[in-house]
Amino acid sequence: MIVEFGHFALVLALVVAFVQAVVPLWGAQQNDARLMGLARPAAMAQLLCILIAFGALMQAYIVSDFSVAAVARNSNSLQPLIYRMAGLWGNHEGSLLLWVAILAIYGAAVAAFGDNLPPRLQARVLAVQATIALGFLAFMLFTSNPFARLDPAPADGAELNPILQDPGLAFHPPTLYLGYVGLSMAFSFAVAALLEGRVDAAWARWVRPWTLAAWTCLTFGIGAGSWWAYHTLGWGGWWFWDPVENASFMPWLTATALLHSAIVVEKRDALKGWTILLAILAFALSLIGTFLVRSGVITSVHAFASDPTRGVFILALLIFYIGGALVLFAWRAPALKPGGLFAPVSREGALLINNLLLVSAAATVFLGTLYPLFLDVAGGGSVSVGGPYYNATFLPIVLPLIALAAIGPFLSWKRADLPGVLARLKLALAAAILASILGWWLNRGGPLLALLGAALAGWLFVAAASEFAGRARLFTAGALGRLRRLPRAAYGMTFAHAGLAIAILGMTGSSAWKQEDIRVLRPGESATIAGYSYRLDSVGPVEGPNYHATRAQFTFIRDGEAIAVLTPEKRFYPVAATTTTQAAIHVSRLADLYAVIGEPDGKGGWTVRVYHEPLVPLIWGGILLMAAGGVVSLSDRRYRVGAPLRARGAEAVLR
Amino acid sequence: MTRKRRRLMFVSLGLLMLAGATALALTAFKDNLVFFYSPTDLLAKPQPPGHAFRLGGLVEQGSVAKDADGLTIRFRITDKKNELLVVYRGVLPDLFREGQGVVVEGSLAPDGSFAASSVLAKHDEKYMPPEVAAALKKNGEWRPASSAATTP
Repeated sequence: MIVEFGHFALVLALVVAFVQAVVPLWGAQQNDARLMGLARPAAMAQLLCILIAFGALMQAYIVSDFSVAAVARNSNSLQPLIYRMAGLWGNHEGSLLLWVAILAIYGAAVAAFGDNLPPRLQARVLAVQATIALGFLAFMLFTSNPFARLDPAPADGAELNPILQDPGLAFHPPTLYLGYVGLSMAFSFAVAALLEGRVDAAWARWVRPWTLAAWTCLTFGIGAGSWWAYHTLGWGGWWFWDPVENASFMPWLTATALLHSAIVVEKRDALKGWTILLAILAFALSLIGTFLVRSGVITSVHAFASDPTRGVFILALLIFYIGGALVLFAWRAPALKPGGLFAPVSREGALLINNLLLVSAAATVFLGTLYPLFLDVAGGGSVSVGGPYYNATFLPIVLPLIALAAIGPFLSWKRADLPGVLARLKLALAAAILASILGWWLNRGGPLLALLGAALAGWLFVAAASEFAGRARLFTAGALGRLRRLPRAAYGMTFAHAGLAIAILGMTGSSAWKQEDIRVLRPGESATIAGYSYRLDSVGPVEGPNYHATRAQFTFIRDGEAIAVLTPEKRFYPVAATTTTQAAIHVSRLADLYAVIGEPDGKGGWTVRVYHEPLVPLIWGGILLMAAGGVVSLSDRRYRVGAPLRARGAEAVLR
Repeated sequence: MTRKRRRLMFVSLGLLMLAGATALALTAFKDNLVFFYSPTDLLAKPQPPGHAFRLGGLVEQGSVAKDADGLTIRFRITDKKNELLVVYRGVLPDLFREGQGVVVEGSLAPDGSFAASSVLAKHDEKYMPPEVAAALKKNGEWRPASSAATTP
C-alpha cells in the first residue's frame, strides 16, 4: 500500500512538474503576476511529492519488501540496515529517484529563499528547473520505475552488489549528486537570463552561491569516491581515469571555471556571454555524465543499467536540454549588453586565462573519455584510453594553470603591475625551489615530473598564504581586527587554493614515490618495505553479517618498535557469489601503510600485497580544505539571505 | 584598442588554446590508444613484441598454473578457436576464475607468450566484459544464457 502511495506521489510529481514548467513561463511572457506566482507553491508541492515517493521506497528497502522489483534485485534481508538503506541509490532506479529528489530540493530552495529575486526571473528559473524534472520523472516512470512490482515476490532478494557494501555508499552518491544536480541551478539561471535578455552583477550574485554550493558538494563527492576506491579496490590507487570518474571530473572542471568567471561578471560586469555558456556547459557535462553512467554505454561497476531503450531515452533528453539551451544561447546571447573592457594583465585577464585552461583541460578529458565510444560506433575497433594519455594531455594544461593560480590573486582589477606582483612572489619561488630540493633529497632523486609537482605545490601554498597575509597585513598592529573584517570569501579562496596545493603534493608523492611489495608469506614470516619491516602474524576466518571473510593480521615494525597492526580481509558474499577485498591502512609519518591479503598458495603461504604510499593523507586533507573553502565562502555576508535586498533598499533611499 | 579588436584577441586566444588541447589529444591518441584483440584477431593482425594492447577471452579450464615463486601465474586465454599463453606476476583480481571472461593488458614477449602487466576483471560472475562477448559472438561461440544473463 505504501509502495503504491509512493508510486502515486511520483506520478503526481510529474503532473506538478508539467504545470510548474508551463504556467510560470507563460506568466513571465505575459507579465502576469498570478501565473508567475504559481511557481513557488508548485516547487514546494513537487518537493513534497518526491519526498513522499522517496520515503515510500526507503520504507520498502528497510522492511525488505521483495515484491518491489528494485528491492528484490538489489537488497537482501541479511544486509545490515545501513546497506539496505543506502542500497536505495546503489542501483539504477533508486539513484534516479535520488537525482530527482535533489533536483526538487534545489528548486524548493529557490522558492523558499528567493525572496530577493525579481519575480519574473524566479518564475523562469523555477520553470526551467521543472522542465528538467519533467524529463527525468518521465524517464523514471516510463523506463525505470523504482516502484514496479514483482509477482510472485521472491522469498529473499538478490543482494546489493558487494563492492558497493561499504560506508562510502552512504555518502559518496548523495554528495556527488548534490554537486551534479546543483549545477542545474546555474543552468536554470543561465536559461532564465537568456529569456530575460539581461545579465548583470546582481544576476551573478544570485548564481554564484548556488554554483559554489554545487562545486563544494562535487569536490567532496569526488574526493569521497576516490577515497572509497582507494580503500576497497585493493590496488593502492586513488584515481584510475575510469570513464565514470571522468564523468564527475568534467563537470567539476567546468564548475570551477564558472565559479571564477562569475566573479568577473559580479565585479566587472564583463564575460557575461561566456559565463552563461559555461553554466550551460557545466550542466551539460553533468547530464553527459549521467548518460555515460546510467545508459551503460561504458561498462564499469557503476553502470547498473544495460538496457538500450534507456540509453536512447537519456540521449533524447540530452539533445533536448543541451541542444535547446545552446540554440537559445545562439539566438539570445548577441542581445546581451556587452560588458566592460579589460587589459590582459589584470585580475579579470588572469581569471579568463584560468577559464580557458580549465575548459581546455575538460576538453582533453572529454575526448579521452568519449573517443573509444566514437571509434567503436564507427567500427574502428575496440580501444581503451588510460593514464598515459591523460599524462600527455591533461598535465601540460593543468601544470601552467596551477602556476598561474598562485599569481592571479595578487593581480589587481582593471590593470595590474606584473613586475610588482612577481616581486611579491619571491617567497613563493623560494618555497618552490626548496620543495623540489627536499623532494629530491628525501627520495634520493625521483622523476622530474614529481619534483615539478612538489615545486608547484610549494609555490601555490606559499603564494596563497602570503597573499592572505598581505591582505590582512598580518604582521602589523591591528591585524586581528582586520582578520575579523576580512570578507569570508577571501578566507574561502585562500583555503581552496591552499587545499589544492596540499592535494597536489599528496598526488605527486603517491604517484612518484609509491613502493609496492608483492610476495608469498607464511604466518610468522617477515619482509621489509620502505624502512618498515612487516610480519604476517596470522590468517583466519571471520564471519560477517552476510559474508564469510579471511582476515590476516600484519604487524608493522620500525626501528624495532611495533607501529601498527593491520587486519585486511578478503570477503566472500554467498548470495551474490562475489569476493571483495578490504585493504587495511595505517597512517605513519604522512604516509599510508597499505596491506592486502591475497590467495593461499596451497602450501601454507599467502600472497600478500603491501604498499608504502607517501603523502596520500594529504590528498584527502587537501580536498577537505578545498571543500571547506567553498563552505566558508558560501557564508560570506554578500550571499546571505536578504543581503542583496538590503542593498536594494539602500539604493531606493538614495533615489 | 577597440572593443571589437580586443574581443577578437580573446576569442582567438581561446580558440588557440582549444586547438592546442586538441592537438595534444590527437598526438597522445597516436601513442596511447590501447587496442583490444582476441587470440583469433592476433593471427590476422600480428603485433610486434613490446607493443601494448589488450587481450581478451575466456580463461581456459584447467590452464591456470603457478610458478614455484608463488607469484607468477600462467594461464591460457581462449576464444574457443585460438588461444594464447599469458604470464602475469602479481595478485589476481577477486573475480578471476577459470572459464570466466577476462581482459589482460600488456604486450607480447619475444617467446610469443603474452606478458600481462595487469589483469582486469571488473565484472561479476554473471557478467562478461563487452569486448569479450563481442569477440566470442564473432566466432559463433556466444551462449547468452550462460554468460550474459543479467540478474533475474
